[in-house]
Amino acid sequence: MTRNTLIVFVILVLFLPFFPLLIWSFAKGWVFPQLIPEQWTLQHWAQLLLPTSRVIEGLLQSLAIALTTTVLSLLVGLPAGRAIGLIEFPGKEALKLFLLTPIIVSPLATLMGIQFMLIRLGLNGTILGVILVHLMPTIPYMTLVLSSVFANFDTGYETQARSLGASPIQVFSQVTLPLIAPGVVVGALFAFLISWNEFLLTFFVGAGRVFTLPMVLFTLLQGGNNGLVAAVAITSIVPGLLFLLLASKALENEAALGGVGNV
Amino acid sequence: MGTGVVRPQPIRATRPQFFRQWRAYLLLLPAVGIIGLLFGGGLVLAFLQSIGAIGILGAGRISLDAYWAAFTNPEFLRSLGLSLYIAIVATGLSTILSVGLALLLRSAGRWASLACQITLPIPHLVGIVGILLLLSPSGLISRGFYNLGWIQSDQDFPLLVNDTANIGVLLHFLWKEIPFVTLILLAVLRSINPAYEMQARVLGASRWQCFWNVTLPMMKSGILSASLIVFGYIFASFEVPFLLGSTRPRTLPILVYRAFTDTDLTRRPEAIALGIILSLFSILVIAFYSWLISRDHKSIQGV
Repeated sequence: MTRNTLIVFVILVLFLPFFPLLIWSFAKGWVFPQLIPEQWTLQHWAQLLLPTSRVIEGLLQSLAIALTTTVLSLLVGLPAGRAIGLIEFPGKEALKLFLLTPIIVSPLATLMGIQFMLIRLGLNGTILGVILVHLMPTIPYMTLVLSSVFANFDTGYETQARSLGASPIQVFSQVTLPLIAPGVVVGALFAFLISWNEFLLTFFVGAGRVFTLPMVLFTLLQGGNNGLVAAVAITSIVPGLLFLLLASKALENEAALGGVGNV
Repeated sequence: MGTGVVRPQPIRATRPQFFRQWRAYLLLLPAVGIIGLLFGGGLVLAFLQSIGAIGILGAGRISLDAYWAAFTNPEFLRSLGLSLYIAIVATGLSTILSVGLALLLRSAGRWASLACQITLPIPHLVGIVGILLLLSPSGLISRGFYNLGWIQSDQDFPLLVNDTANIGVLLHFLWKEIPFVTLILLAVLRSINPAYEMQARVLGASRWQCFWNVTLPMMKSGILSASLIVFGYIFASFEVPFLLGSTRPRTLPILVYRAFTDTDLTRRPEAIALGIILSLFSILVIAFYSWLISRDHKSIQGV
């Protein structure tokens, strides 16, 4: 019984910061000692739809960047994960550690170097430039998750399918992909969320011209309109929560997540 | 790992070993190439800027002046100390609490685990806003205290955000990282064969002995990996201490950012030198971890 009480307590504490967000997003002039606002309003939510708040623009840019980054890191992570998960070769541990550096080492110095190059390439302050730097944290996670899934993968199925006359493309789409699907879902979830939530990389390379949702939120935060800030904050949670719910089944796959626990 | 080598493979049985190895390098090439070009290349360009070999003001005299300026920056040591303090305390606490939470959730239902992962997909910025509106002197908790009659005004509420002890920053990281570490540890726990623990209990080990001598050693590599990622992230984090932390001293990433965006462009090499010093510290941490892990492997082989 104490076990369940403890779990409920933990969940309650984890949910605590969401309460003021929810209340503020519907509150009209909620001054200090009031525990509950005296007046409610939908004006903050209506304001989101106005082009002046730039929320719709931010939502679309965030979505485009996160989806492209996810697809690109999947394309790169699939072969890399296969190599690390299935093949023994000299220098494997070193290469694996090298692939992980971007998620452990501070990107600040690197960003200043990359920015120097991007300015010369005309990519500073463009969506393409932002996607490029978002690949730095997403590829390592994708590779980690997929390598762990491939480590439990039996290539015998592929051999079998090949010997029965399937083409390489058929083998991949009908044999390999279904078998590694949980890993692909978890890897894609991580990549999407990292890109969607990324602040510092976009802040540096976006140069104020790429306006993702975190940029919108950061700008509004300086303004001090708590109601609007809360409404934008809640909006930027929605895609991640939806994705998490959709992937909840795959998140129980220990092979996919064990990869992150085996750096 | 590498089970593919052991397994019989009728079609490829005749292929020489190094052919498979070359295939591995080829498969890794895109990932290693992109990371090498972006991260490694970026670091090299940063270094060249810091010694004055290249720069936005054109190439200058090559020197290590920027590093001297960085080390003698009066704020440098205090900022480094603050960054280490936040990273060590937050990583340590979230790791210990996550081990507990993972064990609690181990036999709990799917929905309980999912609810405990709630902060996982939440952007740090949203967490920051939530914590500000919750813990600031006019926040929800302060209002609650006032209405309970525990405080007479918002002045009486202890300062928990932008405070010198960085309580708000620590609480934010605990809130955000405990679900992450717990998720990884739960996956590790699920892959552990429960027979070992049952055996230990049958042979008379107490619950505590069973946890300390059987369960925890099997979780060790998962704990090390997860805390390495968390430490690296917190040590390099920018927006959380920027918005929730103390204004003086500031963490190292904020010091780097301030120097980099200084209107005095001649301060740029110093900013980049500071950034490189910051990266070196995280690289040292990785080296320490891989030493810990390799020592672990050796001791296992020794048994």
